[in-house]
Amino acid sequence: MAGGEGRRGVTVALLSTVVFFTLLAVAITHAPGWPEVKRTFFNWDEFRASMPEISRAFLLNVKIFLIAEAFILVLALVLAIVRSLPGPVFFPMRALGIAYADFFRGVPTVLVIALLGFGAPALQLSWVPLSTTFWGIVALVLVYTAYVSEVYRAGIESVHRSQDAAARSLGLTHWQSLSRVVLPQAVRRVIPPLLNDFIGLQKDTALVGFLGSVEAFKQSQIDAAATFNYTPFVAAAVLFVALTIPLARFTDWLVLRDRRRRHAAGT
Amino acid sequence: MRRAPAILLIALLSILAAGCGGSSNKASDTTGTAAAASCDKGSLNLVNAGQLTVGTDNPAYPPWFGGAEKAPWKVSNPYSGQGYESAVAYAVASKLGFTKPEVKWIVVPFNTSFAPGAKKFDLDINQTSFKPVRAKAVDFSDSYYDLNQALVVVKGTPIASATSIAALKPYKFGVQLGTTSYDYIVNNIKPSKKPSVFDTNDAAVAALKNKQVDGLVVDLPTAFYISAAQVPNGKILGQFPTVGTPEHLGMVFEKGNSLVSCVNDALAQLRADGTLKSLEAKWLQADAPVLK
Repeated sequence: MAGGEGRRGVTVALLSTVVFFTLLAVAITHAPGWPEVKRTFFNWDEFRASMPEISRAFLLNVKIFLIAEAFILVLALVLAIVRSLPGPVFFPMRALGIAYADFFRGVPTVLVIALLGFGAPALQLSWVPLSTTFWGIVALVLVYTAYVSEVYRAGIESVHRSQDAAARSLGLTHWQSLSRVVLPQAVRRVIPPLLNDFIGLQKDTALVGFLGSVEAFKQSQIDAAATFNYTPFVAAAVLFVALTIPLARFTDWLVLRDRRRRHAAGT
Repeated sequence: MRRAPAILLIALLSILAAGCGGSSNKASDTTGTAAAASCDKGSLNLVNAGQLTVGTDNPAYPPWFGGAEKAPWKVSNPYSGQGYESAVAYAVASKLGFTKPEVKWIVVPFNTSFAPGAKKFDLDINQTSFKPVRAKAVDFSDSYYDLNQALVVVKGTPIASATSIAALKPYKFGVQLGTTSYDYIVNNIKPSKKPSVFDTNDAAVAALKNKQVDGLVVDLPTAFYISAAQVPNGKILGQFPTVGTPEHLGMVFEKGNSLVSCVNDALAQLRADGTLKSLEAKWLQADAPVLK
């Protein structure tokens, strides 16, 4: 590979990037409605005014995310293990696992949240919690457990059967083989897609606002409706992006590291 | 790890600041007084020539709208001319020279009524409270109704025995997004628990029925409907005293639409000849004890 070619590549990339974004910027700022869009979506005073309260509301998103994630990681693993139980005896449990995953991946998350958040307390049972945030978290856990269990399961199935066979031939039981040989390898392989689902969960915490809990998106809606200016939406978006981008880059880095390691091990 | 989001936030903020900064008032200033065009039916600035396109949210609830439910409308039918807002819209339309069949109703969710850009409606009548900041985004007609906020509770619950605003502080309130009721809670009741804020009044009503909130703050006419028709054992605990300038409802127009001044003329005539008063008496109950 000649050095000149590489340099030319960089120049072309740079040039095309500059041209592309300049054209885009010109097209947008010369649109007839741009002054109005700028005033209603990118208003610096509104941004500054709404940011503190939206940031405080964003703490609720972070709280929901952290609590839900802890439960999801555990429950999804349990579900994945149930679905990979061998033998005809465990068929009903496997079937239940499949039905669960199918159902909760099929129903829109916001519907699960609405059904649980308004439905469960409507039973009027004294021991059923009324807190909407509680039910929002339960709904997110149910939905994401279905997704994440598929990720775990893919990991478990990616571990070659000879690993399990070797462990069993050494006298380990099925559980020992699973917990000490298969799972450690499986989980390491699926860390990038797991983090991918975390990012999805972070964003979906905004759906809990449907039940009336004032999280960042709801707070931005409150501000937007009060002033008829959409800039608070941009402020909320900035907060979500600020949280997800580091996680996304971290995921990329993990994938890269894993590839390098396997590459090194292979040669 | 901990620093990364903060640094990113700052970077993003500065990009945004650069984007928003240095704003000059290039935006064509079409605020306020539109050209005093003639209010002849033929010269009005309309979405569809020859017809008045009126927006409101769906479902259209009593007492603002009445009549039997007719698709696509739920709960009631704006074409009926029954209910306060429907009646006022037809009264205004008639002053502008439109016959009843020339008035067309379209569904405009509250949250889209103030979206920037061209509007699909000539005027939107949807219990929208006038606020100066809102008038930067849309034009409002003069008031067609001055209103108070009220509190709906369920009989037999602890809050139902409260008799003063001060006694309301420990309770959890539900409220619809984008309403002045929300402002009233935050600025005047100042409860110790953060109110739950719902996208629609229906969701807020569901939460009250479930006892997920102790009370709903809504405007008084809506409170009558909710307590009578939507919440079993519902009760209006009282209306709240006006704080500052009285709140009023205005019709919403696209910014700079010359139609506003014509509608205002029509409203002034309807007020002067007592039509608004009699429609109010016919459709809106407004009597409830005032909470101090």
